[in-house]
Amino acid sequence: MKNILTASLEWVDARFPLSKMWNEHLAQYYAPKNFNFWYYFGSLALVLLIMQIFTGIFLAGNYKPDAALAFGSVEYIMRDVNYGWLIRYMHSTGASFFFLFIYLHMFRALLYGSYKKPRELIWLIGMLIYVCLMAESFLGYLLPWGQMSYWGAQVIISLFGAIPVIGEELAVWVRGDYVIGDTTLNRFFAYHVVLVPIILLALAVVHIIALHEVGSNNPDGIDIKKHKDPKTGIPLDGIPFHPYYTVKDIVGIVVFLIFFSIIIFYMPEFHGYFLEYNNFVPADPMKTPAHIEPSWYFTPFYAILRAVPDKFLGVIAMGAAIVVLFFLPWLDRSPVRSIRYKGWIFKTALALFVISFFGLAYLGMNAPTPLRTDFARLFSAIYFGFFLLMPWYSKLDKTKPVPERVTDR
Amino acid sequence: MTDGIDDKDKRRFLIAATTTVGAVGFGFAVWPFLASLKPSARTQAAGAPVEIDISKLEDGQRLIVEWRGKPVWIVKRTEKMLADLDTLTPKLRDINSEESIQPDYAKNITRSMKPEYLVVVGICTHLGCSPSYVKTTDAHDLGEDWKGGFFCPCHGSFFDLAGRVYLGVPAPTNLVVPPHTYLSDTRILVGVDPQAGVA
Repeated sequence: MKNILTASLEWVDARFPLSKMWNEHLAQYYAPKNFNFWYYFGSLALVLLIMQIFTGIFLAGNYKPDAALAFGSVEYIMRDVNYGWLIRYMHSTGASFFFLFIYLHMFRALLYGSYKKPRELIWLIGMLIYVCLMAESFLGYLLPWGQMSYWGAQVIISLFGAIPVIGEELAVWVRGDYVIGDTTLNRFFAYHVVLVPIILLALAVVHIIALHEVGSNNPDGIDIKKHKDPKTGIPLDGIPFHPYYTVKDIVGIVVFLIFFSIIIFYMPEFHGYFLEYNNFVPADPMKTPAHIEPSWYFTPFYAILRAVPDKFLGVIAMGAAIVVLFFLPWLDRSPVRSIRYKGWIFKTALALFVISFFGLAYLGMNAPTPLRTDFARLFSAIYFGFFLLMPWYSKLDKTKPVPERVTDR
Repeated sequence: MTDGIDDKDKRRFLIAATTTVGAVGFGFAVWPFLASLKPSARTQAAGAPVEIDISKLEDGQRLIVEWRGKPVWIVKRTEKMLADLDTLTPKLRDINSEESIQPDYAKNITRSMKPEYLVVVGICTHLGCSPSYVKTTDAHDLGEDWKGGFFCPCHGSFFDLAGRVYLGVPAPTNLVVPPHTYLSDTRILVGVDPQAGVA
């Protein structure tokens, strides 16, 4: 008699390609054998996406999207709901970790040229995920209805008002009111829990399908499909994703959970970076807090906005800082993918870019002074220079010969 | 797909016609959803005028009232404050309020109907924060020659005591003066023009 499990699987396989999908994406998906530390963050970002949706469902069960009740309902979750504090801290800390992992994941692409042909579309889909993630976190940030929620949203939606002619009307349309109000909160809740998560999930699936179609890049930036076993057709430098990389990724998840737990249990506000102190004061439309700043993951772009002395141009510059990332695959004219085989020009440019990104993040967190504004302008210039000059310097750069097979480093 | 079909032009015409009709139908179906996001009838009705008693305002004092969910400030200016307005001319962006929003009766140097009282919407024209009122007597680090006015903590814009924006700050225009009417010497109605009625 056939095992009942095997029989069930056969029954399903005749009706749905379950084994086929398992093999295509896990057991017979051959990934380069030389993945390193930087390759943890894709799977970790996926874990975070699932965790945010899961904790979010439980939070939505107790939260009230009503301007009169919202702040109180969050405090109710924190104090009276069993383990409400844990679920809420997982969600708020998860948001920061999500951005941390996405930034590291993007930096990995920058290091090893993962956006270059034939992976341009993977990069574009990834950028859409990043933009959706920014929208999702911005929408979610209004929900606790604290001072920072309120004034942060007020500032960001006013950005629409900078668009000539239709701007003001557009801002009113987005808010559904002349200022941020109950209507705004109610609809932001709907977008935060329904609209954007559906888009994010769909994009994540498309991102992975596109990746598995062309195959993963690696720290050497070598195409492993060039050297296949003549008999099996399996890349010689490839290993099946499952079990090799599933096991590796589980190690990454365990390490992540250790750091995650330390923050949740010992420093859930993380010195005001993950939960800002002003947000423990209920929203007051009559009074702006003395110092308002966005969440840490938006501060580089916020610093660019402030660096420009004109309202409309400032908004344009901030938008352009994100839009320019979409063009990365076509800006890089280097013949090699990985930084390992690029020359000093690219390495210097990347170092300057990293410094200016951190510099902008710092400046965005602090009140503007004339000196800081000058630095913000310098760093903004480097930020844009890194991308806009790339077609020239990446071509000028002297590259090293790329080996045929992946290295063991 | 069109191989072996005799009348390709007719088929192409039918495809174009159905696509056009479908697109128009789609437009009609989308409109109610987009329009539902505009301010509702109740939200619009909530913008009713607000009556304010200014009899108890002291010299230099600011009163904050809510109108359409926004803070409206009434500042009682002293002779000294009004005299200082003229000295600021070289430091301002829009001295005569040519590019700013205010009713015609407030389009003057003091930006008011009665020079004594400033009535403005207390929302920065940059990105919607509510600036702080910084008097010359308050502790501040805005420089020795600060004549009093408003400072936006969000992005560092300055306004003088007529709500006029300084040069070299991110805010593009002067603070908005709302439509308002004096019902008597001590009562202001915000949201209503003297002639035109409810704004």
